[in-house]
Amino acid sequence: MTAAVTLDGVSCTFGHGAGAVRAVEHVDLTIEAGEFFTLLGPSGSGKTTVLRMIGGFTLPTAGRVLIGGADMSHEPPYARPVNTVFQDYALFPHMTIRENVAYPLMVRKVDRRLREQRAEELLALVQLPGVGDRRPAQLSGGQRQRVALARALIGQPQVLLLDEPLGALDLKLREQMQSELKALQRRVGITFLFITHDQHEALSMSDRIGIFNAGRLEQVGTPAAVYEAPATRFVAHFVGAANVLEGDAARRLTGHAQAMLRPERITLGAMSGARTSGTVAEVQYFGAFTRVKVDAAGARVQADLPAGRGFTPPEPGATVHLHWDDGAVHALAGAAA
Amino acid sequence: MRSSRSSGGPTFWLKAAAGAVVLFLHVPLALIVLYAFSAEDKSYVFPPPGLTTDWFAVAWQREDVWAAIQLSFQVALASTALALVLGTLAAAALARASFFGRDAISLLLILPIALPGIITGIALRSAYHTLEIPFSFWTIVIGHATFCVVVVYNNAVARLRRMNPNLIEASMDLGADGFQTLRHVILPQLGSALLAGALLAFALSFDEVIVTTFTAGQQTTLPIWMLQELIRPRQRPVTNVVAVVIIALTFIPILAAYFLTRADEPTHR
Amino acid sequence: MSTVENTLALPAARRGPLRRASDLLYTRRNLLLLALLAPPLLWFGVVYLGSLFALLANSFFRLDDFTGQVVREVGFTNFVALLDGANLDAARRTVGMAIAVTLACTVLAFPLAYTMARHAQGWTKALLYIAVMLPLWSSYLVRLYAWKLLLAKEGAISWLAAQLHLTWLLEAVLATPVIGGPSLSFSTLGTFVVFVYMWLPFMVLPVMASIERIPSSTLEASADLGAGPSTTLRKVILPLAMPGIAAGSIFTFSLTLGDYIIPQVIGDSTLYIGQVVYRQQGVAGNIPFAAAFSLVPIVVIGVYLWLAKKKGAFDAL
Repeated sequence: MTAAVTLDGVSCTFGHGAGAVRAVEHVDLTIEAGEFFTLLGPSGSGKTTVLRMIGGFTLPTAGRVLIGGADMSHEPPYARPVNTVFQDYALFPHMTIRENVAYPLMVRKVDRRLREQRAEELLALVQLPGVGDRRPAQLSGGQRQRVALARALIGQPQVLLLDEPLGALDLKLREQMQSELKALQRRVGITFLFITHDQHEALSMSDRIGIFNAGRLEQVGTPAAVYEAPATRFVAHFVGAANVLEGDAARRLTGHAQAMLRPERITLGAMSGARTSGTVAEVQYFGAFTRVKVDAAGARVQADLPAGRGFTPPEPGATVHLHWDDGAVHALAGAAA
Repeated sequence: MRSSRSSGGPTFWLKAAAGAVVLFLHVPLALIVLYAFSAEDKSYVFPPPGLTTDWFAVAWQREDVWAAIQLSFQVALASTALALVLGTLAAAALARASFFGRDAISLLLILPIALPGIITGIALRSAYHTLEIPFSFWTIVIGHATFCVVVVYNNAVARLRRMNPNLIEASMDLGADGFQTLRHVILPQLGSALLAGALLAFALSFDEVIVTTFTAGQQTTLPIWMLQELIRPRQRPVTNVVAVVIIALTFIPILAAYFLTRADEPTHR
Repeated sequence: MSTVENTLALPAARRGPLRRASDLLYTRRNLLLLALLAPPLLWFGVVYLGSLFALLANSFFRLDDFTGQVVREVGFTNFVALLDGANLDAARRTVGMAIAVTLACTVLAFPLAYTMARHAQGWTKALLYIAVMLPLWSSYLVRLYAWKLLLAKEGAISWLAAQLHLTWLLEAVLATPVIGGPSLSFSTLGTFVVFVYMWLPFMVLPVMASIERIPSSTLEASADLGAGPSTTLRKVILPLAMPGIAAGSIFTFSLTLGDYIIPQVIGDSTLYIGQVVYRQQGVAGNIPFAAAFSLVPIVVIGVYLWLAKKKGAFDAL
């Protein structure tokens, strides 16, 4: 089956000469049809630029962008079967909600009655019936976001790009929209390409995640793969908390030059059978778990201990013994970021 | 922060001085309106001996007044149309782009209005003379359009800068090409700013006299008519009436433009 | 809802020349910029810069006295003529008037600007703002005409003088050699008053903006340190308002320098720069000399702008 989107050696450099900014460097990526794919990374990592190159708002300076198998590297946005939900929604202030949603059909000269009817259907799909006659200024942020979604879907694009759409929403609303978006994607069945810097969002919503750092794609994989087997130190730290061991301690404890250990895989126990011992430096209570930071093996190791009956966290300064099973250790390849 | 309480409030003298200046600015205009109704033939006699509306009827009959109004109107329309096109194009290019020479171009656009009218006037006159172009409707319009461009440009740029740039991207993303985006998104957003610019340009052209005297030859626009009356008065009362009409004709578009674009200006109260 | 899953058959996207043009302009941004800038730049280049060039060129040509034709050779006849007595007088007179008008506008604008900046808020301020702008929005000629009537022998000012038994004062002023004249409406004094009236709004607004920028704490500190109101005015407010004054003065100075209508209508028969230029290009047909003479205000304004810039006028605009 043809991939929905393929990036082949894509780079994007702004400016020339000494002041040039390499926003995206040589990215190869394949996104399958029907996937919920997330581009994850900190600000300035290049994920937005990649999105914009797929949308057609920025043109690549090297490489090819293929959509549905066709080379669309230099096609304008209106020629691509891709629609976007912008971060600030970009609803047209001088049009009603219905006109906003119907816009893609209006531009393609669909008959008015048909396109208005279709717009109503889409508004119902995003659970906003009855706002058709209002103006964007009269809606709340969450409502506007749904309108932007409806507007982007009405044209039946092959791929939907979502540029940090939940950033402006408060926590409860954000969590609700996360579920709704996921359900919507399942239902509509098209490829969703989602951008966020929030790793929790990425882990919970995606079929696969692509992690960006300083213009490069560091890893692509399912949420589980990315979490349990990070390819680089950067990925290990960015997705979830990580203990990274290196040097002598790493070799001694794990047998690898550089290894990662997730805090929730470490337990405190008796001295016999322990991997290493150390002094408690800090204890933080998080309700569902307690984070204990231990100076051991020449590093500060973090252990997340689940709450439970009869569990008493250790005091700072106490000596504790750390246990973990072999499968909890993951060797890290490649140089540090 | 201005707190009149903390600095003791405005003194009587300060308020009196400010009030006197405001009066100074407005009394002459009020007098003109009064004079338009004066029954006295010599009409600058103060106080006017009686009030009448007869002079309005007389002015209505005057052929030369109508001819002047008509010419001014046509010139203003043509100049405004030209200024709209040129000013909007320039604004579209300069609103968000940054390239070498951008500031120079903004300066160039403002120069015709910034330099004294007499310079623009004699410059155009020299050019027409050197190229042996005879005076005509178009020699006037060319001059007017040139200094009206900046008025449209300022309004258009202010509006374009205020417009969300994502709107254009969103429109294209949803399937509209450049021209469709222009028609459905950009022009509606620009609409009232362009209208305001057009109104201001119209008022400016309608009222302009200095450059016009250099570029009109024998033709008489309304301001030129007015100027001739000032130097060689024919029928003072008719001039008063025409003056009141001019006040209305230029004041109304400017007021309308002010209300249309109040939101665009960053320093406006 | 099942209908959404039903795909809607969309009409094919149009592929005409407009579309191709749009594609081209999208991918080549420089082309778009060029297309947008070409018409205005062409217009301004050809019409405006071209005329200015014609002006400059003409100032070097001369008018042949016998044939009445313009001789297109580079020469300095005109510039030599500029140094001629009458022309120098006109230049001096005009510059002198411009300076006087600027000073008067500053003095008159200050109380109003100060009140608007420091003692007016909300509605009052908006009203005052409109009150200052209103005259600007009415026609220049109408305002000039109003003054012509006001200043006339039987006009309102004479009437007022009579009421206040000050007619003798009025006549004494009119009899004074340089500033007087046959009547107020044909005198240098009259010209001066009308100039001040016309350009006053241009001075009020920048000065007001400058004064607004002075933090209250500065004025309070001045009072706190023992300065009386007039000292504060001289040592604190005036210097800080200077950029605004400089900005406003650019308008009053250059507008006065270039105006030929007010002296024509209100003045006595002495000539100002603008009038000389106008007459030379009109009746005399001596465009070259008119062009050369018009360079004088350009140079004077250039010098003035340079001085004003040093006083910070451009920051206040």
